[in-house]
Amino acid sequence: MTGAERLRAAFQPGRTALAPFFTAGYPDLWSFARFVLAASRTGADVVEVGLPFSDPLADGPSIQFASKTALDGGMSVAGAFSAVRRLGRATRVPLVLMGYANPILSFGVRRFAAECARADVAGVIVPDLPAEESGDLDEALADRGVASVPLLAPTSTAERIRLAAGRAKGFVYLLSTTGVTGVREALSPELPPFVARVRRVTRLPLAVGFGVSTPAHASALAGMADGIIVGSALVEIIRRAPSRDAAVRGVEARLRSLRRALDGRRRRRV
Amino acid sequence: MSGRNRWMSAALALALAIGVFAAFPAEAQEGKSRGRWEYRFVCLSSDGEARPGSLSWNSARAELDDDRRADGERPLWRRWLGTGGTRRSLRPFQAAGPVKSPRSAPGKFGPYGGRFVPETLIAPLDELTGAYEAARTDPAFLREFHHYLTSYAGRPTPITRCDRYAGACGGGVTLYVKREDLNHTGAHKINNCLGQVLLARRMGKMRIIAETGAGQHGVATATVCALFGLRCVVYMGEEDIGRQALNVYRMRLLGAEVVPVAGGTRTLKDATNEAIRDWVTNCRTTHYIIGSTVGPHPYPTMVRDFQSVIGVEARSQIRRETGRLPDAVVACVGGGSNAMGIFHAFRGDRRVALIGVEAEGEGIRSRRHCASLGRGRPGVLHGSFSYLLQDRDGQVTETHSIAFQGFARCEGIRPALEPSHALAYAKVWIRENARRRGRRPLLLVNLSGRGDKDVHTVSEALR
Repeated sequence: MTGAERLRAAFQPGRTALAPFFTAGYPDLWSFARFVLAASRTGADVVEVGLPFSDPLADGPSIQFASKTALDGGMSVAGAFSAVRRLGRATRVPLVLMGYANPILSFGVRRFAAECARADVAGVIVPDLPAEESGDLDEALADRGVASVPLLAPTSTAERIRLAAGRAKGFVYLLSTTGVTGVREALSPELPPFVARVRRVTRLPLAVGFGVSTPAHASALAGMADGIIVGSALVEIIRRAPSRDAAVRGVEARLRSLRRALDGRRRRRV
Repeated sequence: MSGRNRWMSAALALALAIGVFAAFPAEAQEGKSRGRWEYRFVCLSSDGEARPGSLSWNSARAELDDDRRADGERPLWRRWLGTGGTRRSLRPFQAAGPVKSPRSAPGKFGPYGGRFVPETLIAPLDELTGAYEAARTDPAFLREFHHYLTSYAGRPTPITRCDRYAGACGGGVTLYVKREDLNHTGAHKINNCLGQVLLARRMGKMRIIAETGAGQHGVATATVCALFGLRCVVYMGEEDIGRQALNVYRMRLLGAEVVPVAGGTRTLKDATNEAIRDWVTNCRTTHYIIGSTVGPHPYPTMVRDFQSVIGVEARSQIRRETGRLPDAVVACVGGGSNAMGIFHAFRGDRRVALIGVEAEGEGIRSRRHCASLGRGRPGVLHGSFSYLLQDRDGQVTETHSIAFQGFARCEGIRPALEPSHALAYAKVWIRENARRRGRRPLLLVNLSGRGDKDVHTVSEALR
């Protein structure tokens, strides 16, 4: 099965997918691996793995902190791949890499795609690579059967939505609001019309991220999106936990409550 | 090394990509070179002595030769030229015309430039591009821009002949400096800020954000915001805030909010990240004034156009004074705006060497320098593809430089640290060219700003 097919299968009808995000190497490589395995046990349908970068300009303070901690701990693209390779063997949940353009270019686009295939990575998300610039990477990933997952923002025009839908494989990542990643109180009121606009253009599953953190957000989105992506909220739980074990328990507890919130409401398409 | 100073930029210099490589038109590939481009590293010691860097340009040249061999004898810049950079997109600001670029790659200069930004910013960047293309062909906008350049910024700035400094460097050469230090706010940065703030007003954006390193761009932005009654937020790294207390105070006096940036290296690179994050969040109401020839399209083009007034003035001034064009134009290169500004008007002049000087800091072999063109490699930072200092894994590294220089005592002009690098290189150039046969060599240096902000740093360095 290609990455795109595995991702589509992860978005089952009648169930809103839960996709937690963990930064590779945060707070250390071993704990990161434990979080991924814990998440796949507690109802995650897809796991996103963040490749740390020195200048994460789409990320708020939480994921900036996680990136910096991981880099200070010696994490690299090659290091992340060796961890992801092992995790891919240990879990059936599809893994999606999320990383910035520069480390990927520096690693080599074709080499990156080959490593993704070798590590059984299902898809790749690059937040600072819009459709105009993503041709080389899309092609390299497609050759290796890895899905490229584009992002769309509430500011995206109809033309941009069509462009992104055209290159999307697996699913489309919708930003809940303008801005960077990070925990927010409430979901943006512009989100439902935005989801509806994208829905008119593509039949691919739509996952919503950026600012999605609480069970309340999850139940609001259960009726609207096909999946939710939760990142900063988990980083905050890990950051505040008194020990690594407590962090794992905290992550599991949050994922369970999100899962319950998603399942508590029958899914209805907007 | 108490006096080290991290210089100007996040080590990006798209300027080179735009001004220089695009300055070689197609005939250059047949071997007829038009402008000559060189880059140099200059190491400045605290005794005021300028010397070529520990990795001199001979070794840099050797590396260029290596590249040439690897690529079938084609010089490096020809490969860079290969993929684009249309002549038409290089027309000076005065000759109004739309920014032309291939549809598939907006704002590309060869492989450089482009837009590597989150999807959220594509729509505001399209809006900005549209507004800018309309503005640069609109006589009313150009009139307004030139009105503020003359009546507010104090343009045209003069060129000054510096015989005492040239003499102290060995003599035999005529040296002129372009006095961008005489602009309102003390540097060339005001040119671009005036242009962009007028554009922001046209677009109805009432809030302005900016990033700043040493503070000159922040002060210029705060100044134009005060002039037009716009809200102004300036992002500045905590390290820089500590070093440039005077400029922080100036910005606050002008009514700007200065936001300390604690992330990453706590310098300009991270201030720029933070400004981009603000813009991603507030792009509907906010205009982001970038001060360097960096960032996603259309910023490099726009900054180049607004700064090109420096070179247009300097070229006609030096012809009027000396009856000819200079043999070389020297400018410091960090973010690229002053170099781009002065080089652009000379890009078609075959016999004028355009020399960008990068700071070598504690030595090019050390990790504490900011020669991103000399020692960096291409990558993506702050929304565009250009040269940057990065480690093997593509993580972006810090920039450093130290500088002090004896220009002040010869000419009574106290340059900022940035153009001190250019003046220090001028000394090297004078020594190399003084005994050249034929007419007396003529050198033009862009003195991009005055040194008030650096007095503290310099006094620390001299201690």
